[in-house]
Amino acid sequence: MTAVLPSRPAAPERPTGGRLVDQFEYGLDAPICLTWELTYACNLACVHCLSSSGRRDPRELTTAEAEGVIDELQRMQVFYVNVGGGEPTVRPDFWHLLDYAIGHDVGVKFSTNGVKLDRARAEQLAATDYVDVQISLDGATAEVNDRVRGTGSFATATKALENLAEAGMKDFKVSVVVTRENVSQLDDFRTLTDRYGAQLRITRFRPSGRGADVWDQLHPTQAQQRELYAWLLANGDRVLTGDSFFHLSAYGQALPGLNLCGAGRVVCLIDPVGDVYACPFAIHEQFLAGNVRSEGGFQRVWQQSELFAELRSPQTGGACTRCAHFDACRGGCMAAKFFTGLPLDGPDPECVQGYGETALAARDLDLVKPKSHLDHSHTGPVRGQPTLLGMPAVPAASTPAPPARICDESPLAGLQLG
Amino acid sequence: MTTPTAPAADLFDPDLPWRRARSVALRPEPFGALVYHFGNRKLSFLKSRTLVTVVETLADHPSATATLVACGVPEAQRPAYVKALADLARSQMIERRPEEVRA
Ligand code: SF4
Ligand code: SF4
Repeated sequence: MTAVLPSRPAAPERPTGGRLVDQFEYGLDAPICLTWELTYACNLACVHCLSSSGRRDPRELTTAEAEGVIDELQRMQVFYVNVGGGEPTVRPDFWHLLDYAIGHDVGVKFSTNGVKLDRARAEQLAATDYVDVQISLDGATAEVNDRVRGTGSFATATKALENLAEAGMKDFKVSVVVTRENVSQLDDFRTLTDRYGAQLRITRFRPSGRGADVWDQLHPTQAQQRELYAWLLANGDRVLTGDSFFHLSAYGQALPGLNLCGAGRVVCLIDPVGDVYACPFAIHEQFLAGNVRSEGGFQRVWQQSELFAELRSPQTGGACTRCAHFDACRGGCMAAKFFTGLPLDGPDPECVQGYGETALAARDLDLVKPKSHLDHSHTGPVRGQPTLLGMPAVPAASTPAPPARICDESPLAGLQLG
Repeated sequence: MTTPTAPAADLFDPDLPWRRARSVALRPEPFGALVYHFGNRKLSFLKSRTLVTVVETLADHPSATATLVACGVPEAQRPAYVKALADLARSQMIERRPEEVRA
């Protein structure tokens, strides 16, 4: 296999002691932030779906295979998984797998657009220990949300929130992907989540999956990033962010959360067909480490894949290592660089020093941005299709219906360190 | 919650019997261990193998101090270990053992 990363010298020995982030760079025996997408099927067709979901893949893991994965996670002491999709709750065995995981010491945090969370399900969840629910919402108003997630999706999500609140569910989350269109609504999101007794969790919009198609249009501007940084400094302790915004700490102050790209080190994705990728935002052959169906299962992939071994060493070369902010920012997000066609050892496309913009502008015009080999987008019209792509500003790319999915989730959002 | 005024050390008395909390699991890692509390879903880390042994054997000794001695923690390092244990007590990763009923 060709090297994914700019060549790095043979991995130095893991240091003893020191900061945890320095230890994380060398990887762990099992992930601490495992995302498991149960299906590519989704009732929605969000324009920025990180996994280009919509249609179920006929090769998706069967119930028995999924149980086998859970058994393995239990043996490896993966204490919880972030379950997503697609829309995980449309899998008929979703509720069974949820109980199975919890019964095997694997806690579940799952993301949903709320479509199946009626009162009965909300009550069931409220009565279950070790389950966390997060509802995806990308606008504090129906107007802003439905443009990217589809007509009616705001109503569905808020109905689910209401059901959870009424059922007495504790600690559920509202998960927001921060975009150019909703970044000004952060305080409104807080008001909204407070109203349901929920917690707000915000994640970075990355150019993965269908997100690549709308990234230029939706990613926050430089000025907005600065506002976001100021907002996080003022409110960071009351909002979950995981590893989403560490590239912003190059503005000056480190932000709460994990300040490191954990891909293949502490983070990974198991996709619906059992493929293991370095990160949920990196569904691309170059970041594919193996499949849970192969001999040795997930454990062998995690512990022995060449790709992950390569990712588990500190970056020592490249333009960013000479930047004064490298220790805080670490060059940003690997997936964001990859899918915008930037070199992996250079600046993040949203580098707060502006080097990313320069690098984007300097890209070869003929450059073909890497594209995932997978696309499960709906091929026909979807009920309540998002209107963003129908905007006159967008060149009339005659893509049929923009496909479906559930929304982006930072692999580490919600991780409480310490 | 009101602002806690008592320093963490006050909540943790090393001369009492302690144990790893029952809803807590340890996962060995090259640098020490990962600690997970299934109840409050907090994740924490033990950054040395000795500390891992200390936490695992707390229940075998009459007090935390006795555990440190048994694990061969040098005198000079004990305050640092006591502080680490106090942090773990605060995040409920270790808990007071009910007084033993001696047979
Ligand atoms: S989202 Fe980006 S920064 Fe986070 S683990 Fe994935 S590639 Fe790394
Ligand atoms: S140059 Fe690299 S390290 Fe420096 S701020 Fe930009 S992305 Fe971060």
